[in-house]
Amino acid sequence: MTDESKEKDVLQEVTSGEYKYGFFTDIEADQAPKGLSEDIIRFISAKKEEPEWLLEFRLKAYRHWLTIEEPDWALLKHPPIDYQDIIYYSAPKKKKELSSLDEVDPELLDTFNKLGISLEEQKHLAGVAVDAVVDSVSVKTTFQETLKKHDIIFSSFSEAVQEHPDLVKKYLGSVVPYTDNYFAALNSAVFTDGSFCFIPKGVRCPIELSTYFRINAANTGQFERTLIVAEEGGYVSYLEGCTAPMRDENQLHAAIVELIALDNAEIKYSTVQNWYPGDKNGKGGIYNFVTKRGLCKGNSSKISWTQVETGSAITWKYPSCILLGDNSVGEFYSVAVTNNFQQADTGTKMMHLGKNTKSTIISKGISAGHSNNSYRGMVRVGKRAENARNFSQCDSLLLGDKCGAHTFPYIKTNNPTAIVEHEATTSKISEDQLFYCQQRGIDMEKSIGLIVNGYAKEVLNKLPMEFAVEAQKLLAITLEGSVG
Amino acid sequence: MLLNIKDLHVSIGDKEIIKGFNLSVNKGEVHAIMGPNGTGKSTLAAAITGREGYEITKGEIFFKDELINEWEPDKRANEGVFLSFQYPIEIPGVSMTNFMRTALNAKREYMGQPPMSAGEFLKRMEEKKKLVDIQSKLTNRSVNEGFSGGEKKKNEIFQMAMLEPSLAILDETDSGLDIDALKVVAKGVNQLKSEDNAFVIITHYQRLLDYIVPDFVHVMYDGRIVKSGGKGLAIELENSGYEWIKEQFGA
Ligand SMILES: Nc1ncnc2c1ncn2[C@@H]1O[C@H](COP(=O)(O)OP(=O)(O)O)[C@@H](O)[C@H]1O
Ligand SMILES: [Mg+2]
Repeated sequence: MTDESKEKDVLQEVTSGEYKYGFFTDIEADQAPKGLSEDIIRFISAKKEEPEWLLEFRLKAYRHWLTIEEPDWALLKHPPIDYQDIIYYSAPKKKKELSSLDEVDPELLDTFNKLGISLEEQKHLAGVAVDAVVDSVSVKTTFQETLKKHDIIFSSFSEAVQEHPDLVKKYLGSVVPYTDNYFAALNSAVFTDGSFCFIPKGVRCPIELSTYFRINAANTGQFERTLIVAEEGGYVSYLEGCTAPMRDENQLHAAIVELIALDNAEIKYSTVQNWYPGDKNGKGGIYNFVTKRGLCKGNSSKISWTQVETGSAITWKYPSCILLGDNSVGEFYSVAVTNNFQQADTGTKMMHLGKNTKSTIISKGISAGHSNNSYRGMVRVGKRAENARNFSQCDSLLLGDKCGAHTFPYIKTNNPTAIVEHEATTSKISEDQLFYCQQRGIDMEKSIGLIVNGYAKEVLNKLPMEFAVEAQKLLAITLEGSVG
Repeated sequence: MLLNIKDLHVSIGDKEIIKGFNLSVNKGEVHAIMGPNGTGKSTLAAAITGREGYEITKGEIFFKDELINEWEPDKRANEGVFLSFQYPIEIPGVSMTNFMRTALNAKREYMGQPPMSAGEFLKRMEEKKKLVDIQSKLTNRSVNEGFSGGEKKKNEIFQMAMLEPSLAILDETDSGLDIDALKVVAKGVNQLKSEDNAFVIITHYQRLLDYIVPDFVHVMYDGRIVKSGGKGLAIELENSGYEWIKEQFGA
């Protein structure tokens, strides 16, 4: 070999290496530099030791993302997001552990107390070292043993990629393709972790997966990816989020949740979203752009979404159901509260494709302060969807006169046998009701809480029991100081 | 003295409704306030209970010897002022049980007492429901939602019985009630009546006063009391109507 050709080889090796790992070949780095490029995506994928097909998936998503624009149809205002000013990968860092609750922000503790969260749990949520007895790791292990007994897979997304690549490959992007929308494309390119849950044929998950999260409030980062599959006859109730206020230094959050229910399977997905909403003047706060969709693939399958949205500066999310299987059922129950300068544009899409499919939409918007709260919903009935039924009820409650509530229902039916009903109301919290409560000795803030919770009851009742009570308190806290 | 109102003037917006009202109520007394529509009886009740928008432009309201003009409505309630509303309000989605429990515990908290246990609370509910002949299904429903007119009024008395106020103002609780419901309301009041509390009963008709015997009857007209007397005055009014008052005191 001549010196020249030797040089060429070395050069090639170096450049291809560069191509593989990025211009900074330091795979040991804890974090990627700011910005987004194919190199960064290769870096993320390499960091996570992903199979080639997943890297390809990411790259395709990224290339698609480059060709599309951020959507502007939602009723939301925010300064332009600089996607090159974001760090897309940081190694999971251990939060600095505090030695006692005394070191925790008193405001946070105050909220914990109002929510009625136990001391031990407060410690856990605030990152204080806990006693060995209630050590979350041991409880977590017990959970995992129960799940294992039923052959249920429940793990982080990264773990699933390593342990169950075939399942992940089969279902990833099957409900939310990366071409779906701008944020879905972004997430598909750069997601770092999330959860994976697989319920095998005929298994009813014996524990609320919410309970698990109470103990294992995972810090999954800003581009989260969740995939839940329930095989024939499977059942799972899953809760995402936490009533405790969540702060995060990353402003942009763009998650994807995909649900797949096969014949006679049921997935109940509940969310309590309480990200930092920004201060009273609208400074700071999380931008939450989420794509959530469930596919009722099998006959007589059922997917229900229940959400309590109180946090974030901006909420953009439309948990939807594709009712493909005959006799499948989709449900959407939502309470969205906005206060101060928060903005929420949220709702659902129900796509009726199979025969005798049924969907129910109950949306309760509550706006206070200078906030804006929009319901955006779409009900589509396809040609084949004989006897499709939808009932939608969208209510808006206004506290004060500087906030806004908007309803955008879209209905499109291509089958004459469909029955689609839509009801909408807008009301103000009445001074009569407030005075009535106060005359019975209940103070102004508690009265507002009581009335608002009454208004949202239909939805709150759908939450897992243990969360319903906290969610009620959360609504009241979110609206503190909004009237009077 | 339980309640002492001195030269009270109350305006709604720019309009003066209560124009120099005086009343003193001692423990153990029952006062009836009668008078034609639009005279300001409900406005008076709103001013005593501290409703927003009812501005006291002059005068004082003393409750248990404390000046309460500036107190929040809930503080007045927790100190023992109760209003049976002329038009009870519906609160969808809030069960009567939850509502009462919240109210009762708010009062207990105010008094520095711990919340009542669920068992004790339910026992008390059962007891008081019997008193006003309220059916169980009503307490499972949302506050006043889907209640008939009569049920709403009975529900006010039920709440009064639960909260055991020291001063209860009944604003036309008897209006629109048949005789049986009227008796139930009267029974509720008479059972609660003691040496330690007092009632101000706003009514159009003297028939309620057949069952709840007042110690004093006041005739209100155009924002103030124009005549006071005993039970006999109520009967007199029933017979002669309010026309003579309008003639005598009208502008
Ligand atoms: N919210 C209100 N705004 C303006 N005027 C009112 C309001 N409430 C009552 N009024 C007026 O005050 C007067 C007294 O009303 P009210 O106290 O209800 O009388 P009563 O209870 O004796 O029938 C009436 O002229 C009525 O029109
Ligand atoms: Mg009146």
